[in-house]
Amino acid sequence: MKNYLQDLNKAFESRARLGIMSSLMVNDFMDFNALKELLELTDGNLAGHTRALELAGYLRVEKSFVGRKPNTRFSITPEGRVAFEQHLEALEKIIRNL
Amino acid sequence: MNSSKIQDDLSEIRSIMERSTKFLSLSPWSAIMAGIYALAGTAIAFPMIYSPGGQDNLNPGSPNTLLLAAIATIVLITAAITAIAVNHIKAKKAGHNLWNAPAKRAFINFSIPMAAGGIFSITLFIQGYFSLIAASTLIFYGLALVNAGNFTFADIRILGLWQLALGLLAAIFPFYGLLIWATGFGLLHLAYGGILYWKYDRKSGQP
Repeated sequence: MKNYLQDLNKAFESRARLGIMSSLMVNDFMDFNALKELLELTDGNLAGHTRALELAGYLRVEKSFVGRKPNTRFSITPEGRVAFEQHLEALEKIIRNL
Repeated sequence: MNSSKIQDDLSEIRSIMERSTKFLSLSPWSAIMAGIYALAGTAIAFPMIYSPGGQDNLNPGSPNTLLLAAIATIVLITAAITAIAVNHIKAKKAGHNLWNAPAKRAFINFSIPMAAGGIFSITLFIQGYFSLIAASTLIFYGLALVNAGNFTFADIRILGLWQLALGLLAAIFPFYGLLIWATGFGLLHLAYGGILYWKYDRKSGQP
């Protein structure tokens, strides 16, 4: 049996990062607050994980103002999409080869 | 990484993809209450339409006609207000924001055929085509549900197809319009409210 564990992407190891990437795969944009509510994370927790994914080049951050309120929204980059699809494939292969 | 962790991750990914795109906090009580209002409205309207000569009294501007229009409007408005209220309560209990992106998407897709249907039905009323109003409300409501069904539970799409079929039936048999209308807006709402409750809310016990 081939060892597929090496194909898993370390950047997606935590539950929070899987959640962030999953929702960005199927939505053009996610607001900071919508993501926080969906994944039940604290501000600091979400900010840390999105920062790490941004540094890895997997998501894009856009800051703007809605009226006077700052609004942060995220979208997935093409590299992020490819990397996450490969990660999912690796997870599925591991399950199938057990 | 063991296999149960991976299984959990995969099912979590699937769940998040679904929850972030679909409005899944739709309360079954919005359908059940709409069904009750529709049946109550039918109970008042039935003798007016099906008494001997009743359908001949339906002329533009006649008291009976205006009363029927008032009943229909009250049923629609109370059902809409109730739907907003019970969904708001449900979202609040779950600690969610009712007006999130999936809810907006479902609402907009529901509203476009509904607005067109509302204007079209009012036009039928003003021009005196009373026999087609039951059909037109059912058809456009059915289309609205089919459209919104892509952004909420798949059951809503099926409910829409039923309403659409009943609407076409009501167009073919306009004499039975009110009875077919009561079947769609009354009985089917009760049935689908029950189905939604049974499938999604029973365990959590939320309204």
